[in-house]
Amino acid sequence: MRDVQFLLVEDDDLQGRNVIRAIQKARITNRIAWAEDGMEAIEILNGCHPWSRVSPPLIVLLDLTLPRMSGLEFLRTLRADPRFQSLVCFVLTGSDKSEDIAAAYDLNVAGVIEKSRVGEDFRSLLRLLESYWTVVRIPGDH
Amino acid sequence: MSPDHVFEKRPKAMADAEILLVEDDDFEAKTVIRAFSEARIANRITRVEDGVEALETLLGDWAANLGEHKLILLIDLNMPRMNGIELLREIRSDPKLRRLVCFVLTTSSSEQDIADAYDLNVAGYVVKSQAGEDFRQLVQLIDDYWTTVRMPE
Repeated sequence: MRDVQFLLVEDDDLQGRNVIRAIQKARITNRIAWAEDGMEAIEILNGCHPWSRVSPPLIVLLDLTLPRMSGLEFLRTLRADPRFQSLVCFVLTGSDKSEDIAAAYDLNVAGVIEKSRVGEDFRSLLRLLESYWTVVRIPGDH
Repeated sequence: MSPDHVFEKRPKAMADAEILLVEDDDFEAKTVIRAFSEARIANRITRVEDGVEALETLLGDWAANLGEHKLILLIDLNMPRMNGIELLREIRSDPKLRRLVCFVLTTSSSEQDIADAYDLNVAGYVVKSQAGEDFRQLVQLIDDYWTTVRMPE
């Protein structure tokens, strides 16, 4: 059985918990790491976080508005590092500013998802993640 | 091959959504088009046979109203003249095309191809054998993608 991991980067406690619960409930995976901002996410990816670990195949779910290191800064850091250049990232955002969306696509995201459009219990987000993981081969997925 | 039969049904919703299928094999192309047509989700699929023809379409006939469509490219890798990776390289280096949403659709599951494709900013790499019977799961993915994802403008 192929097993995917998620890294959720989200500063809002309630939102984060809801996304994780929804993913677990949909049984896409139980292996979800949660970082509260870009810095913490980088620590986790680098393997130097005190208790959180991830390994490929990995999909990042990224909020854009975050303290310390914003979502776009985080993406810029990832894309400049050959180890994380091809990491699959979806943006999950409350912002519908078209310059943010364009900037995210320029930084190689698989898709930008507006929180206002995911429906009750993140239903359409989960449907997308489920069919994405069913069909798409990502780096590190053998 | 004419995509006209896709037009006829004028399928549900998905206004302004369009697919450019870049595939040199006639049979494969027909199967993909039929899958979308049966699911009645695509407004229009245009099929071209290789990277050269894809660029001609994008930069020629379609250049004027590229931004008005939710366009998804499905790109085969092994094609004559210009292959899928070369096409992606051209797309990513052209300011008018670089944000286009591209999925790879291929029989190859080589790690090198997968890495090259993601380095060129593909939204997803789909191995045909994993796309479901008659590409049904691929169609589902594209439908879910359109429904949920805010595409670049």
